[in-house]
Amino acid sequence: MPGATIDSIRSAIAERKTTATAVAQNFYTRIRQEDPEIGAFLTLCEGRALAQAARIDALADEGQFLPALAGVPVAIKDVMVTSGVRTTAGSKILDNFIPPYDCTAVARLEAAGAVILGKLNCDEFAMGSSNESSAFGVVRNPRDKSRVPGGSSGGSAAAVAAEMAVATLGSDTGGSIRQPASFCGVVGLKPTYGRVSRYGLIAFASSLDHIGPFAKTVKEVALMLRTIAGRDPMDSTSADVPVPDYVAELEKPVKGLKVGVAKEYFGSGLDREVRAVVEAAIQKLAELGCEIVPVSLPHTEYAIPAYYIVATAEASSNLARFDGVRYGFRAKSTTLSEMYRQTRDGGFGMEVKRRIMLGTYALSAGYYDAYYLKAQKVRTLVTRDFDEAFEKVDVIAVPTAPTPAFRLGEKANDPLAMYLADIYTVTANLAGIPGISVPCGENHEKLPIGLQLFGRHFDEANVLRVAHAYEQSQKPA
Amino acid sequence: MKVTGKITDKDVAYVADLANLELTAEERARMLRDLNSILEYVDRLGELETDKVAPMAQVAGRQDADEARHGSERFAYASREDVTDGLRKSLAHDIAVKNAPDTDGTFFEVPKVIERS
Repeated sequence: MPGATIDSIRSAIAERKTTATAVAQNFYTRIRQEDPEIGAFLTLCEGRALAQAARIDALADEGQFLPALAGVPVAIKDVMVTSGVRTTAGSKILDNFIPPYDCTAVARLEAAGAVILGKLNCDEFAMGSSNESSAFGVVRNPRDKSRVPGGSSGGSAAAVAAEMAVATLGSDTGGSIRQPASFCGVVGLKPTYGRVSRYGLIAFASSLDHIGPFAKTVKEVALMLRTIAGRDPMDSTSADVPVPDYVAELEKPVKGLKVGVAKEYFGSGLDREVRAVVEAAIQKLAELGCEIVPVSLPHTEYAIPAYYIVATAEASSNLARFDGVRYGFRAKSTTLSEMYRQTRDGGFGMEVKRRIMLGTYALSAGYYDAYYLKAQKVRTLVTRDFDEAFEKVDVIAVPTAPTPAFRLGEKANDPLAMYLADIYTVTANLAGIPGISVPCGENHEKLPIGLQLFGRHFDEANVLRVAHAYEQSQKPA
Repeated sequence: MKVTGKITDKDVAYVADLANLELTAEERARMLRDLNSILEYVDRLGELETDKVAPMAQVAGRQDADEARHGSERFAYASREDVTDGLRKSLAHDIAVKNAPDTDGTFFEVPKVIERS
């Protein structure tokens, strides 16, 4: 159903022009046609989807009020657990794992009427920037199938771009929602740390992990966020901060808002065409009545090294639980210690092992102060940069990624080059501020380019509002 | 606090041991090369003077933590009384062992830990 939106589907079901069951079946047909060439889905859960669709159809039959996402086909990155539906985190070590409970964000989508179609491919344990580290094969970018969709939420971005789901959930630890959104030409939002519960998210780096939505438009992303945001007693890091009506907030004027532009995001590593397209988008914000204000985020160049120490240190601890005892893959061995080692050796891929090794090294005796503590201090400096900038401006506009989507295999054997793909996104994870990527044009090869907007903690409303105003200004008159 | 010391084969073996990884000879060689390349890049953190900068362990602490307190008491805001009803119940025994690679239905089974002498 090309062109379908959350609102168009819900209205069509409410007005009895179609049924939730027919909508779900249409999407499964499309997935079967399109996905063999893309590889976005790892698992389909048709039974669960059609049961939910039948519930929505029963409500519609009775003339009952339909919730905001009634009958809307969505899909979930395979790092969020789903009761009774295989959840792999893109890893062989969880190949056969059937979780006994639902991630809160997933449960909230279903409670709002959404129909969960299936689980989406991603880099193994969300560790990667191209989706090439998945144990279950690459995802191809629907806009150019010789290119990566970005990562780690590559399947989540590609499924929306190829219209195999209306909206999806991803996770973002260093840019894993925003960078693939930019590469695939869709909208992706990483909310504030604490805005969305992580209960049921398979942990990568707990102080940096976030759950957030993808969709074709900013309004749909706002609707998804409104549904999943808010305090959850099952996650002590979820914040007890009121959830505004993000959709209603979109219509407030952007005139007079101060938009900061940080020169550190326009340095020598930035692709020339990406720079031109993003600068034109910022010019458009000026035409819409925003005041453009130069700001400085001087510690930006230190964000990647600080991030890769903090993230891998936390990962080495979080992934210690995968030992072959309680769930997942187990290697056959005669002693316990051998079993642990052979299970982890056989179950984890190279990138995951590399990060476990780097993180373990950074935390090991004699190196803790030099690496982990140092990185935590630099994290404070990166965060202070934002605190100071947000005293002067309401949002900050920068590129999402230094280049458009790169080719499959291009960076697969150079981990450092791959890590640098996150250079403009990791800062928001270190500081915990919200960030969105919204499509703002294409390069000469028709590859999409994303404009990234940062906001103050818990000020998703302004981030979404500016993104929406920009998006509306790009619609053909 | 200068970041020093490029890692050696011995370091790779030691860290793999800490992380409960075995690694093949090929993986160890690749690890040595990759970790040295990444750590060389990380060394630029040494350019920053951070003696008087407080470390940041997490973002949530910035909103609610009681900075006057120490250790876990700083994050007292995040704790609550135990709830027996209303939250998810503990998993039933059979469900908890359902994903286990090896179980007798009551316990998780593993290779023996203690050798008989």
